[in-house]
Amino acid sequence: MDFNDTPEEAAFRAEVRGFLSAHAQPKAGVRPILRQGGLDADGVARCKKWQATKADAGFAGLTWPKRFGGREASPILQVIYNQEEDDFVVPRGLYEIGLGMCIPTMMAYAADEHLDRYVRPALRGEEVWCQLFSEPAGGSDLAALRTRAERDGGDWIINGQKIWTSGAHLSDFGIIVVRTDPNVPKHEGLTFFFLDMKSPGIDVRPIHQMSGARHFNEVFFTDVRVPDSQRLGAVGQGWRVSLTTLMTERLAVGDAQRPEVDDLVALSRRLRIDGKPAVQNAAVRERIAEWHARSQGLKFTRFRTMTALSKGETPGPENSIHKLVNASKQQDIASYGLDLMGAGGLVVDDDLTEAYAMFQSALLTSPSMRIAGGSDEILRNIIAERVLGLPPDIRADKGIPFNQVPTGRR
Amino acid sequence: MNFDFSDDLKQLRDQARRFLSEQCTPAVVRRSLDGQEVFAADLWREIGGMGWIGAAIPESYGGAGLGYEGLCVLAEEIGRAVAPVPFGSTAYLAAEAILTAGSDAQRREWLPKLADGSVIGCFALWEGNGNPEPVAIHARCVGGLLKGSKWPVADGGIAGVAVIVARDESGQPGLFLADLAGVRRRDLRTLDPTRNHARLDFDATPVEKLGGGWGAVQRVLDRAAILFAFEQVGGAEACLTMARDYALDRYAFGRPIGSFQAIKHKLADMYVALELARSNAYYGAWALGADATDLPLAAATARVSATEAFELASKENIQTHGGIGFTWAVDCHLFYRRSKQLALGIGSAPFWKHRLVDLLETRNAA
Repeated sequence: MDFNDTPEEAAFRAEVRGFLSAHAQPKAGVRPILRQGGLDADGVARCKKWQATKADAGFAGLTWPKRFGGREASPILQVIYNQEEDDFVVPRGLYEIGLGMCIPTMMAYAADEHLDRYVRPALRGEEVWCQLFSEPAGGSDLAALRTRAERDGGDWIINGQKIWTSGAHLSDFGIIVVRTDPNVPKHEGLTFFFLDMKSPGIDVRPIHQMSGARHFNEVFFTDVRVPDSQRLGAVGQGWRVSLTTLMTERLAVGDAQRPEVDDLVALSRRLRIDGKPAVQNAAVRERIAEWHARSQGLKFTRFRTMTALSKGETPGPENSIHKLVNASKQQDIASYGLDLMGAGGLVVDDDLTEAYAMFQSALLTSPSMRIAGGSDEILRNIIAERVLGLPPDIRADKGIPFNQVPTGRR
Repeated sequence: MNFDFSDDLKQLRDQARRFLSEQCTPAVVRRSLDGQEVFAADLWREIGGMGWIGAAIPESYGGAGLGYEGLCVLAEEIGRAVAPVPFGSTAYLAAEAILTAGSDAQRREWLPKLADGSVIGCFALWEGNGNPEPVAIHARCVGGLLKGSKWPVADGGIAGVAVIVARDESGQPGLFLADLAGVRRRDLRTLDPTRNHARLDFDATPVEKLGGGWGAVQRVLDRAAILFAFEQVGGAEACLTMARDYALDRYAFGRPIGSFQAIKHKLADMYVALELARSNAYYGAWALGADATDLPLAAATARVSATEAFELASKENIQTHGGIGFTWAVDCHLFYRRSKQLALGIGSAPFWKHRLVDLLETRNAA
């Protein structure tokens, strides 16, 4: 065992470090930026500028084919880039879905002429993409979605509603899965497209979240016309294409969100219990130790994944562990930190409260972490079924034409 | 980045797993459980012959010189098999203490015999309830003669040599070494009858001093914590596999119980705890091999994580089995007993959690 880079990895790391030092500010000593989940116009502009800088320097789309501006690098170099970038203050939140999920799906299914048109502008950040999957009636049970597409000559006409679409209000294009045949069982009647978000008939309405931010959207479709040439995969094969997108989601290993356990340690040094620093309290220490063990366990699980990647292996469903553990840990640490503050923890005015209101902010944003991108319950099903080999759930809708499946209490 | 065991060590692990699945069957473990034998002596001889006990002992002292990563992969298999042998007491504690704190002469005298299994070692730390802390040590050595009682001592009833934690003439706690021939001892009934435990009464027993004070004691415990973590990881994985197999075989309401989310999510949680523990144990293995300055914190982290994983897996394995899991005849309780034996043997979870935070604070202050 060793933690050393290969000579090739070390050279790449140095190259990344040089690029970042020249173009970004190191994080150390800088007040943390708390992402409330929304980007304002300034934030969007900063993201766009950074993405262009990164792409022009050859650090965007590292694993992508060279013809689209990538380097055809091993995934381990992407991990190294991410590790290094994490030490710098860089604007985030606009391209993760487009470059992480939408464009990889396009590369698997779209025609060459479309790839030539769309991939490079996406990589440079000139065009933003979103993923139109979830619906009011299709969340964890995504294949129960109801948005319809009907054929009209060389086009399709889309009607229906998507929801929880991150960044739809900032997006130029989107990938979408819709129902083209309600007379067959649910997985068999779906078809996949990409579309222009400025198409007539699309109405994007930001959702006011419990945290106060507006990052997710409802997207309404009224007679939206999409050419058949923008279909990805065959008619009726939309579920299979969706799985390609969802696989890439699992590869996008999420880093821990703050507050992390070190933030809790720092907080418990400042706060007092029985006249002594809270960090000396036995109950507090046990909680810190448990979270530290979990946090380190994830870090070293990531190292094991990196090792597998550098040997050319592909990480599988076992990667679900990261978000499952991180999301609850963040929520629990936030809540416990506030408990230690006592009534003062109620105050979100960041001039008065501890750690720039990091704990208060995380209390309100963390519930979404446990739901978005596969809920805790779905991730446990994935581990149980695909890692441990337990049987799938018995489904009441199996083999039944979609339009005969019960949809609510009668 | 190469955060995995080498192909050679993976091969060693597979061989050990195959060997133990044939030679350390539940029937063998149950001979100790039912009191037909104190420990699996035949198995112990074979393990010694294959060089497992001395895996991390240098060849110059009669070991196999496989290094600590080798001992780690073997520990995992010992744990998976709930092996009724004094492996940890001899290899992770007694031999390690002599290697760490002994003189060259002491190493030459004892390590070859420990390595081949001809002498069993034990680590006499406890004096009843408490934590592994200096205040808990009352046994005292004056003029080379030791007085005091130690209990429970894992494998104390079958060991030929003991490494003892006691105070010297000036009252400083440290490590001592004693040949146990002639020492008064009696076996204790414990939660885990598949491992021998005894009370040792030293009444002016001649002992030799090993080097180092409490620092040496803590160093032995830290290093052993990583090796025990691998045993716990092996045991936890065995429980998860057992629970998974039962959930596939057992039908209720016309379907395998493993198709119910109540069972699936329980097993997913066991898997998550196991993977976190495994990753922390791997870091410990690296720290052992590299003798990293970070080793104490890595050890406490691995220990906390592995104890949690094995306790969770062993209790939820019983729960997944339902009533049959609570019977003497089904093997669930072998793991449940062993998980508590391993959790208590070198300091329980609360102790290691406090130590972890102490170390975290020291690191952050640096």
